[in-house]
Amino acid sequence: MSVSAAFDKARAPDRAVLVGYLPAGFPTVERGIAACRAMVEAGVDLVEVGFPYSDPVIDGPVIQRASDIALAAGVRTADVLRTVEAVAGAGAPTVVMTYWNPVEQYGVDAFARDLANAGGAGLITPDLIPDEAQLWLAASDAHQLDRIFLVAPSSSDERLALTVAATRGFVYATSVMGVTGAREQTSSLAPDLVARTRKVTDLPIGVGLGVRDGAQAAEVAGYADAVIVGSALIQRLLDAQDFASGVSALSALAGELADGVRRR
Amino acid sequence: MSDGVKSMASGGPDSSGHFGPYGGRFVPEALIAALDELDAAYQKAMGDEGFQAELGRLLRDYAGRPSLLYDAQRLSEAAGRRILLKREDLNHTGAHKVNNVLGQALLTRQMGKRRVIAETGAGQHGVAAATAAALFDLDCTVYMGEVDTRRQALNVARMGLLGAEVVPVTSGSRTLKDAMNEAFRDWVANVDDTHYVIGSVGGPHPFPAMVRDFQKVIGIEARAQALELLGRLPDAVCACVGGGSNAIGIFHAFLDDASVKLCGFEAGGEGVDTGRHAATLTGGSTGVLHGSRSYLLQDADGQTIESHSISAGLDYPGVGPEHAWLHDAGRVDYQPVTDAEAMDAFSLLCRTEGIIPAIESAHALAGALRIAKDLAPEAVIMVNLSGRGDKDVDTAGAWFGLLSEDGSPGGGSSDGGSSDGEEGSQ
Repeated sequence: MSVSAAFDKARAPDRAVLVGYLPAGFPTVERGIAACRAMVEAGVDLVEVGFPYSDPVIDGPVIQRASDIALAAGVRTADVLRTVEAVAGAGAPTVVMTYWNPVEQYGVDAFARDLANAGGAGLITPDLIPDEAQLWLAASDAHQLDRIFLVAPSSSDERLALTVAATRGFVYATSVMGVTGAREQTSSLAPDLVARTRKVTDLPIGVGLGVRDGAQAAEVAGYADAVIVGSALIQRLLDAQDFASGVSALSALAGELADGVRRR
Repeated sequence: MSDGVKSMASGGPDSSGHFGPYGGRFVPEALIAALDELDAAYQKAMGDEGFQAELGRLLRDYAGRPSLLYDAQRLSEAAGRRILLKREDLNHTGAHKVNNVLGQALLTRQMGKRRVIAETGAGQHGVAAATAAALFDLDCTVYMGEVDTRRQALNVARMGLLGAEVVPVTSGSRTLKDAMNEAFRDWVANVDDTHYVIGSVGGPHPFPAMVRDFQKVIGIEARAQALELLGRLPDAVCACVGGGSNAIGIFHAFLDDASVKLCGFEAGGEGVDTGRHAATLTGGSTGVLHGSRSYLLQDADGQTIESHSISAGLDYPGVGPEHAWLHDAGRVDYQPVTDAEAMDAFSLLCRTEGIIPAIESAHALAGALRIAKDLAPEAVIMVNLSGRGDKDVDTAGAWFGLLSEDGSPGGGSSDGGSSDGEEGSQ
């Protein structure tokens, strides 16, 4: 299922798509799947399953902590694919957000094939730029997967054009210069970046890095096609006394965010 | 030597930063503009007489270059072959690292940035970066794994004295690789006013080529010094390899000299077969880490495996992409040296020459002693003595039983060092 299903669904009511991120295997594989499903039931349109990685250079402390918990519990590549299969089966388009080395070690084409077979829609690749992505471009074509590359406030117009030309599904706009993590204020850089990106593509544009509540989601939905939330959702699970109350808190936030993306 | 290998000295990387299949840029898009800016400044500087003159002046008047090429006669007697030591340990700050940071500090100033960040393992690069920051009046933050801040406490204090902020990194294995992760995070957030002074020949393009170019001075000097001393080239050149900047620095001038055997010695830790080592080229496989494709230590899923070495400066699960290329091409022979072998060589140099080497450099010495017996009796081996061992006195003292765990005087002697000695790294 391509991510376009989520964007199609949001078009008529003229709202933004809500994208929720959770790492696979956090806190365990089964519970990670349950949390993703709960997020979908609470209003998340598109799920980003994070591939926990030993050296997550663009992630802030919250995602690092969740990834470390998943890795310490022994999460493997097969568990990431199993999570995708279970979450996609719940009805929401599901993509994997992954650093590049785990994909390369699995085999780029093999990973693409198995991701497609699991019902996954594609990959978000935070440390793979199109310039280095020849194998992934070929594999994603062969297996009809979306490939979501990142653009940044520091991207030149030339690089924006190059990046969106290689992108399929949606463009991931990093709204602040910095690592992932919820922030008090969303960035003023984001509207400019979205406007510059729109000049070079008709693809939907998602804005990530920093959104933590419904008001911020509504603000971002005012100029972006998708609102991407990760750390704030994970924080609900980390802060909870037990998993059940964590999922309740996660669902409550997802619901608030879903309401926010409808108030554009 | 084939023409293909002959091209190596001038052949890499290509315009997009690739050494054959290695190198490149595996970083967030947010950093690409800064890397492009850096590449442009570096390319301009390489051809700029004013820049080169200023760098040359700094290397001479501030760092103390050229470093000596020392004919180590007592060590040679012990080794059975003549050994020449390239004395990078005599540079200001005590290691080869200063060559690179002076170049990058000049570039930082040219780019109009006023803050530098650095990662450090043994602390030598952190000290060098802090030194250059003081000299160039730049703010400086150094990321250092918490484990390393303990085993290299003296260098933490040195960086503080120089005005740098040292941030102990508590994520992951709390060593060099995690310090590098944290430095990348800082850079992504502060790239507008901050330059990341990477200390070795790893990371995204243009760092591997740029750092090599700032370290090439080692080999250029050493080659000329050998010709003057010997009237010919050495038969072998040895260096330790962690990320690999001192090794590339001394190898590069010899890449096209087919008669010169080039040997890189990686940290074998407790032995490559134990899994507790940092011998990336010997015991690793190809993949992507910290911005470039090279060899690394990883599991079947591509998760980085924590390295181990008694030497903090070699305790890194990756290696620069040009080394991966030279390894595959067969131009450089890479071998592992265990903690115990390195410490035996460390002791030998102390006792025969009155020189306390960095434990990193002791790996190169141990390697030289190993290959000596395979070379002709008249062979001459050049060893890059990349750093001095003052920072390692605690570790070595504990290894040889001269200090107890808490650093107080113990009862042992340095003859007691062996593979069953105290590690001193914990």
